[in-house]
Amino acid sequence: MTPTTTPDTQGAVQSAAPKMRASNINFYYGKFHALHDVSLEFATNRVTALIGPSGCGKSTFLRNLNRINETLRDTRIEGEITMDGENILDKNVTEIRRRIGMVFQRPNPFPKSIFDNIIYGPKINGMLRKTSAAEVVEKSLRRAALWEEVKDKLHESAYALSGGQQQRLCIARALAVDPEVLLLDEPCSALDPIATAKIEDLLVGLKNQCTIVIVTHNMQQAARVADTTGFFLLGRLIEHDKTDVIFKNPSKKETEDYITGRFG
Amino acid sequence: MRPFEEDLKQLNDLLQEMGVVVARSIQRSVLSLVEKDEDYAHQVIRDESRVDQMEIQVDEMATSLIVRDQPVARDMRLIVSAIKISTDLERMGDLAVHIAERSLSLMTQPQLPEHISFEELSSLVESMVLRGLECFVKRDPAIARGVLETDNSVDKARNAIQRQLIDLMKRDTASIPRALDTIIIARKLERIADHATNIAEDVIFLTQGIDVRHRNLEVPEAVA
Repeated sequence: MTPTTTPDTQGAVQSAAPKMRASNINFYYGKFHALHDVSLEFATNRVTALIGPSGCGKSTFLRNLNRINETLRDTRIEGEITMDGENILDKNVTEIRRRIGMVFQRPNPFPKSIFDNIIYGPKINGMLRKTSAAEVVEKSLRRAALWEEVKDKLHESAYALSGGQQQRLCIARALAVDPEVLLLDEPCSALDPIATAKIEDLLVGLKNQCTIVIVTHNMQQAARVADTTGFFLLGRLIEHDKTDVIFKNPSKKETEDYITGRFG
Repeated sequence: MRPFEEDLKQLNDLLQEMGVVVARSIQRSVLSLVEKDEDYAHQVIRDESRVDQMEIQVDEMATSLIVRDQPVARDMRLIVSAIKISTDLERMGDLAVHIAERSLSLMTQPQLPEHISFEELSSLVESMVLRGLECFVKRDPAIARGVLETDNSVDKARNAIQRQLIDLMKRDTASIPRALDTIIIARKLERIADHATNIAEDVIFLTQGIDVRHRNLEVPEAVA
């Protein structure tokens, strides 16, 4: 679906009500200046893809959105990141990470059963008083399009699942705490095309329920799933626009050179 | 140069070669009509199969590039434009053949009782075809816009020929079959100009990423 957004002159995409907004983000690993004045909005219930060559800062930027980078030593962030208008950098980090879930490149299920993987987040967040564990597990696995495949083996080890199933389990685990935003860092890079297609279908369905930001090296994937796409290069956001515009007629030469494989 | 870029260059070269063959056929079809030269007409008819083969070749190359390389941005626009331009060129080649065939038919009949000048119409059309190809070769949207602006003049020149022939048919019913053939030739030339317009529109899309089809000319002017 085409987003209800319009590009502005800086190549950003304006949205009437962005779910999240990063303003003038500068990020440092020690003395290394990794992100330079990045500003980007994430429209509510849309998929935003972040693309760019390795080391361009896209994953660093993503990891700032739920403050995972704070777990690293000697890092520093400047600027503001808001969700629903409130600066998340000032909020309780545990609460922020509940509201902004994350899925990583390699599936990382806990060494527990499928059931326990899903229930872990709701349990530590005290969410099971209102809903039964079984309900949460079924709902989360259904949202991640995994229920039919695992409903008869919920108490078996998550490690017994295939790579694609493990990644959908990780998505289900992230969804179990009802996040408002879901961040995905190259979620399909270790998966085969069939498992990748399932994840992509899942993302398109999930965006009705949450706002999605995905980092990907696969430009066809960005073209397939994202409403808007941002191109990063050397720690800077070069261009952000509707995905159709980025892949048909990007406004910046650097973007065109990268997506057509003429970069460098 | 990467294999993909080499393939794109080959596609581009093939399209240019096809354009040259088609432009020559159009020119020869007009010469066969004006100079009543059978050889020109037969050359046009002979070249048709070559043009058809080139269209198939362009399509095969374009589809292979799509499948193998999933092109985006300007590469995607070149491939989409190549498919459309080759279709237009093939139709222009067919129309040149139709003109050549009608010219051969007219050569077997007595001349019309009054002179019908194709000079203005044919020179406008040939110029549009050549500029249509030039704007593709040079990737020049300004030349493409010039082609679009010429289309109205072609319509006027075609209408003038048609009016003259309708008047003639009213006065001289014996000339109706030959006059109808001549009207059809004028119509075929006008259709060739329409295809040249399509190519110019494709070049604007190719170079600027703007779709100007079915719009007022003021729109591309505003974004040029």
